[in-house]
Amino acid sequence: MYDVIVMGAGPAGATAALETSQAGLKTLLIDEQPDAGGQVWRAKSRAIISAPETEYSIAGDDLRASIRGSNVEVKYHTRVWQIEKNDDDHWLLGLQGEGQRQVSGKSLVIATGAQERVIPVPGWILPGVFGLAGATALFKEHMMVPGRRTIVSGNGPLLFYVASEILRLGGQVSAVVSLNSRFDWLKALPAMINNPKLIMQGIRWILALYKNSVPIYWQHTIKSVEGKTAVEGATITAVDREWRLLEHGERYIPSESICQGHGLIPAIEATRLAGAAHHFDEKLGGWVPTVDEFGRATVPGLYACGDNAGILGADAAPHRGRLAAKAILDDLDISATVNIDDKAYHSARKFGLAATRLTIPRAGFESFMTANTEVCRCEGISRAEIDHELKTGARSPNAVKSGTRCGMGPCGGRYCNESLTIITEHRTGKNRSEIGMATARPPLRPVHMDDLADDLDYDDLPIPGVSPL
Amino acid sequence: MIERSEEISFKFDGKSYRGYAGESVGAALLRAGITHLRNAPNTNTPRGMFCVMGACQECVVVIDGRKVEACRAELSDGLNIKRAVNV
Repeated sequence: MYDVIVMGAGPAGATAALETSQAGLKTLLIDEQPDAGGQVWRAKSRAIISAPETEYSIAGDDLRASIRGSNVEVKYHTRVWQIEKNDDDHWLLGLQGEGQRQVSGKSLVIATGAQERVIPVPGWILPGVFGLAGATALFKEHMMVPGRRTIVSGNGPLLFYVASEILRLGGQVSAVVSLNSRFDWLKALPAMINNPKLIMQGIRWILALYKNSVPIYWQHTIKSVEGKTAVEGATITAVDREWRLLEHGERYIPSESICQGHGLIPAIEATRLAGAAHHFDEKLGGWVPTVDEFGRATVPGLYACGDNAGILGADAAPHRGRLAAKAILDDLDISATVNIDDKAYHSARKFGLAATRLTIPRAGFESFMTANTEVCRCEGISRAEIDHELKTGARSPNAVKSGTRCGMGPCGGRYCNESLTIITEHRTGKNRSEIGMATARPPLRPVHMDDLADDLDYDDLPIPGVSPL
Repeated sequence: MIERSEEISFKFDGKSYRGYAGESVGAALLRAGITHLRNAPNTNTPRGMFCVMGACQECVVVIDGRKVEACRAELSDGLNIKRAVNV
């Protein structure tokens, strides 16, 4: 039994765990990765003996060293697949990984971070197409590029980070295809200017592109990905201010890989499974758990911090972890000091909101998905099948899910819920708050049946005797 | 300069390749030029590594008769990996 269980060892969750542990609470930190750092400060694989340091690798190494030097108990390589409350009103988590299958705790901090929104285009299912966030995992964990030449496409700042990292690691960038216009970026700058460190970082990314003569197509998108069994290239086209496809600006760019992403969205499956109330807030990246300024959710003993409580980015995350830790200590009447730097948090928050604003979906996303485009990758459900369901009475993502199995495959709807919602909004004319979300169901991640069964022996199963009748 | 661990060999659908000990199966396959890791169950179309963080399930391959995510499985010497088709 733990005082505090923290799910997710990124900068928010790990910081929360360090604080509660330092205050004397028995704290467990769980993550599915081999070490702490989350996606943003992801650790290098064991196969990298040495490599040049980056700002992200230094921040991650510092965090990992702090955890190793603390009393925080860790379970890495471990996935939480179920969350419920037991009879004593304590949190009970189903685990998959080495060792223990269940743990319980009095307080639960959910810090599951973000996942990526990728709007489908024809051909996006071909091998060689990666999410932008996926590409960052290749860089950070493996120091490798997605292919010989790569088209980097989508919106927000991640686009430029991915393109510059490909160049740094020796790859080629065929083109950067940005939905945002230069004007979008100009509008975002005033809110970002109070964070010179991040502004300079952005300038370095753009300079690297110019130095390598990488073409940047502003206010463009990939219209379709071409190839037979793998990516061979993509057709790009211009978009209007609402990101609707335009006829002009169409051209074919050959490339062996494509990185495409349309913003980060809060990973809320865990807080939903834990029974917390959620609401839609586009400024924060989408549906978020309803929390107070410290991260207290609507269920007693449940806290949310980091990007899963609204996309504010890595700089804001440690502050949010400290706030959640303070809430736990206050709720337990423990007097311990948690140092909260309001000014730094406010500045990071402002920057994060401005970056997220660049990725807020616009009406044109709907036009990316042609009738034959597979929206649900797992189940192979096309746009046309979803349209048909909506024309014949379905009025919500949940209804389409029931009717078509869209979102019922092994990824649990992570990569189609957004697109399904966008199509539903378009067809019904209702907004997201009205149409709601598809129901959250366990498991949070696919579980092998033999892991669930554990060391159960079939001979131990109670078999009732034959009925006298 | 990036220094990597020792090179080891592994098999994908019977053919031998080289990779680095301790990297992910997905990274080793990508370096070997293999992007087609499975066929989607319903549509039978080729799929490969997409999210690289254990969420999308597109990089599932078969190792020792079990379906595993290539992006999370660790490469070891002599590992026998199969493309996930009709599983």
